[in-house]
Amino acid sequence: MDFNDTPEEAAFRTEVRAWLAANAPAHVIPQGVTLDDAEEVERGKAWQRAVYDGGYAGITFPKALGGRGGTVIEAVVFAEEEAHYHLPKGPYIGIGLGMAIAAIAKHGTDEQRAQFIEPTLKGELTWCQLFSEPSAGSDLANLRTKAVQDGDAWIVNGQKVWSSWAHRSDWGILVVRTDPSVPKHKGLTFFVVDMKSPGIEIRPIRQISGASDFNETFLTDVRIPDSCRIGGVGEGWGVCMTVLMGERLGSGSHKAQVSPLIDYAASTPGMNGGTALDSGSTKLALASALAEEQGARYLEARLRTMVSRGENPGALAGMIKMTYASRLQKTSALAMELRGMDAIAPASGDTQTREIQGDYIWSTVMRIAGGADEVLKNQIAERVLGMPGEIRMDKNIPFDQLKG
Amino acid sequence: MNFDLSDEQKMLAEQARGLIAERSPYDHLRGLIDAGAEWDESLWRELGEMGFLGAAIPETHGGLGMSALDQGVIAQELGRANAAIPFFSSIILCADAIQLAGSDAQKAEWLPKLASGEVIGTLAYAEGPGPSFATGVTFDGSKISGAKMPVADAGIAHIAIVLVAGGGFVLVKLDQPTVKRTKLDSFDQLRAHYRIDFNGAEAEALPGAAKLSALIDRAAVQAAFEATGAADACLEMARNYALDRQMFGRPLASFQAIKHKLADLAVEVELARSNAYFGAWAADESPDDLPAAASAARLTALKAFETGARENLQVHGGIGYTQEANCHFYYRRERTLALALGGRDYWADRLIAAQPGSQGKAA
Repeated sequence: MDFNDTPEEAAFRTEVRAWLAANAPAHVIPQGVTLDDAEEVERGKAWQRAVYDGGYAGITFPKALGGRGGTVIEAVVFAEEEAHYHLPKGPYIGIGLGMAIAAIAKHGTDEQRAQFIEPTLKGELTWCQLFSEPSAGSDLANLRTKAVQDGDAWIVNGQKVWSSWAHRSDWGILVVRTDPSVPKHKGLTFFVVDMKSPGIEIRPIRQISGASDFNETFLTDVRIPDSCRIGGVGEGWGVCMTVLMGERLGSGSHKAQVSPLIDYAASTPGMNGGTALDSGSTKLALASALAEEQGARYLEARLRTMVSRGENPGALAGMIKMTYASRLQKTSALAMELRGMDAIAPASGDTQTREIQGDYIWSTVMRIAGGADEVLKNQIAERVLGMPGEIRMDKNIPFDQLKG
Repeated sequence: MNFDLSDEQKMLAEQARGLIAERSPYDHLRGLIDAGAEWDESLWRELGEMGFLGAAIPETHGGLGMSALDQGVIAQELGRANAAIPFFSSIILCADAIQLAGSDAQKAEWLPKLASGEVIGTLAYAEGPGPSFATGVTFDGSKISGAKMPVADAGIAHIAIVLVAGGGFVLVKLDQPTVKRTKLDSFDQLRAHYRIDFNGAEAEALPGAAKLSALIDRAAVQAAFEATGAADACLEMARNYALDRQMFGRPLASFQAIKHKLADLAVEVELARSNAYFGAWAADESPDDLPAAASAARLTALKAFETGARENLQVHGGIGYTQEANCHFYYRRERTLALALGGRDYWADRLIAAQPGSQGKAA
């Protein structure tokens, strides 16, 4: 066991650090600066282009597809080093890199690979995800948006929801129902859709945070050429699984969230003089969260070791995201409590308390998106512990005969 | 980065698990309790002959010179089986104290015998209610006086390392007339505890400068492995019972209340195991990281074992409350591990103090 880099990894890290030091600062968005959406996307595309030109885009993608042909560990090293800079890297870039081109590389045709993969690696194409629907969240296969074949095209009607940055995306990855006469998982087909197609209407969702990162996307008689179908008709569920496995592994990386709260407690006046960190209950709660955070970090190291050997960590990967989300919610609430009544309405200059409030709001998203806690627990129970699957009332019943 | 056990360590774990499972099944443990036995002497002798006891003791002193991680692999298997042997007292605490703070002569005299299992040692630190690490026993340079309690495995131990006033350690042979051992009623039926009264007993100081905290940090990592193994055993027992038990026409394991409970436990076990691995790596390779690594390992392992011990019994329902079921071994042992070696507050303080930016560095 060795927690340090191997000589090869260390050499790669040195190379990446030098390249980032020379190239990243010009793209950094200073802390506290908020760009408007259009400018942020432009800055994100410019950074991705720089990454491509530097030879670090699509590190695990084969060279023939425009990637680097490197290892998973190299991708991890690059991401770790890149995270030291505050760079524009929103879902508009991440969905393309982590989901869209992964699906196209595995299930697409050569023409589709040529059309989409390299331009996405170059930052020329931005992507959004059109999966969830009002009646299809954790039960994604219950989706109702339908596509009907019309010559060499498909006519799509329905409603998608929770599509991040759809209003600034060039393309969307879309899963729809093409055959309602078979059980729900079997009648789905996967497409890529040009977001400028007639019949697409995007409405921002007003979120509890006050922002509108997510959208509802309405599709009305949208015409998608059959050449935009990824994988076979009726094989959309398998393509979705490729995409969602990418989401699960990708959502593991996280910043150290607990340790800054120790300074925060130490700089807050305590109940009996001293600081809030003098309280035994505060100390125990912070230490427990910190111990768990460290455990998650080293569990992630174990999973990366598995991946680097070509093993699939499967449902174990869900443990990282699940514990991160709950910990964020618990510790941000704890931080507000140790701060005292001030955390209800802090002074305008107190950006740290505002960020903590923001974490408390955002943690609700983390506990639901990318596999809700309850879904992940089922997966751990079934796939890691070998316990029975859930009883499914809709099993083997054609979709058009289901209730509701 | 290669953050996994080596193939040799995986083999070591398998070998230890197989042997201990064969020699120390639950019925055997129940038999020891019924017979009023203090320990499983035959298992101890066998592990000594096979070299498991002295795994991490240097080869120059009769051990195998293996790493903290190798030792952790063994500790995890002993925890899994709830073995009734003084491994923690004699090897993790006593031998390591001599290794860290003993003179060359003390190491040469005691480590080979501790490695073989021929001599059993313990560490005497608590003095009744209050903090684990108490220093009321006095040492005048050659004799000690005062009482320690509870002291694990003191009935079978030949020597004790005693924490004395001023924070130093002394080595005491327990067969002196000035040493009186009184057996206590131990909550853990498979780990005996004693009160020891020292009435001017002969003692010699361990001269090394090693501080108590280093010994305790290293031991905490091993205790974390022991607790992780035990928590894993609870998880497996609960899962197997739930798969077998039928209720309302289907397996108990098919109820989401049970699935989610055990999924939560599985997460706690994996976090604990990951911290224990890092703790052992830090003990071997990166001592500056050890205070934080040991604290985190300790806190997460005890959390996992606490959940495991309680929820395993809960999943069993009424049968779990019987001596014939096997839940109680862990339900009692969990309290031993939780309370020995500094409670949660000690380790929370230590983890916070080890953070950069915290007011004090770890002592």
